[in-house]
Amino acid sequence: MDGVHDMGGMDGFGKVEPEVNEPVFHHRWEGRVLAMSRAIGVFRAWTIDTSRYAIELMAPSFYLTRSYYEKWFLRNQNLLIERGLIDADEVAAGRALRPAKNLSRGPFTLADVEKVTRRGSYGRPAPAPARFKVGDHVRTKNIHPATHTRLPRYARGRVGVVERLHGAHIFPDSVAAGKGEDPQWLYTVRFDARELWGPDAEAKLKVSIEAFEPYLEHV
Amino acid sequence: MELRVRALETILVEKGYVESAALDRIVELYETKIGPHIGAQVIAKAWSDPGFRQALLDDASKAVAALAPHVGNVGDHLIAVENTPQVHNMIVCTLCSCYPTDVLGLPPTWYKSFAYRSRAVKEPRAVLADFGVTLPVETEIRVWDSTAETRYLVVPMRPAGTEGWSASQLAKLVTRNSMVGTGLAKKPSEVA
Repeated sequence: MDGVHDMGGMDGFGKVEPEVNEPVFHHRWEGRVLAMSRAIGVFRAWTIDTSRYAIELMAPSFYLTRSYYEKWFLRNQNLLIERGLIDADEVAAGRALRPAKNLSRGPFTLADVEKVTRRGSYGRPAPAPARFKVGDHVRTKNIHPATHTRLPRYARGRVGVVERLHGAHIFPDSVAAGKGEDPQWLYTVRFDARELWGPDAEAKLKVSIEAFEPYLEHV
Repeated sequence: MELRVRALETILVEKGYVESAALDRIVELYETKIGPHIGAQVIAKAWSDPGFRQALLDDASKAVAALAPHVGNVGDHLIAVENTPQVHNMIVCTLCSCYPTDVLGLPPTWYKSFAYRSRAVKEPRAVLADFGVTLPVETEIRVWDSTAETRYLVVPMRPAGTEGWSASQLAKLVTRNSMVGTGLAKKPSEVA
């Protein structure tokens, strides 16, 4: 979707302001939100792409004015309700009002911590040979799906060069739409800055995206 | 927020989804165990061991996993890109906040900021100036937008004057920002 989350190349957000000696969490609740997000993962009620899409669907005014972990919190709470793991009246009451339905496994315990603090694998067997090889010139498609996509706006309809192949990966556009993993070849495609930003682009700049095969066509 | 978050945790605990002690442990891990010191060890080894450097550039997930349990627990799809006098690499996620957490911990606020996400792909030299970094005009800047589940780690250039240093001495020169590409490794004089 052409949402406000797709920020590459936008102007007006000001300087980048690194914080000296920044703590990992600025408030205790931020750590709890992060930990709950990781822990709920073991119930496989949704995937990383679903969770990104849920944040993208937030109203632009909300997205732009709420903190990172506040958005995570709301995303978690909404998805937990939507997937039937908790109920809205329980959120209002601040406590459980009924037992969990269809609990697929026991609670997330200390023994589960290691598996959620290590990233999983998103690679899958390739369904077909790769259409492109390193060095190929490719054009990204000019597409504007109303649903989740990982092809950023600034890199649509642009000609670049395939720099790396990463094998086939879960296709976010499909999985976030509830249509299954539909694995696709994943490439690093490199663009010259002038292709992206025109003749006034910064000199000696190259930018790459990670592009799934359905985003690309031969030039 | 504190109250709302506590209420949600209470519901999840009462319904039998999570144990609070396990959440405590996740917070503790990210506060004390999973952080940029892991990446710094990886970079220091790459600087001091040419075989490891090559293995890291060939397949970073595999190379870092081979160091476990000494340097932690790395997942798939980690890719190391090396800075040289000719090319400076910088990592961003314009769409959300993708970051190599296995080796650097949770991303700092600036990495997730709208300013960084919007500007890094368009005016990285100006962004570097916000970090107090100026590169020679002839250096190419290579920005990697993390739009999939691949995760990038920058191998900064080894500072001059560190010949003969041990890996543990070298690791002290490797900052988080130098592994994202918004900084350079420290000079020996900065850690003396």
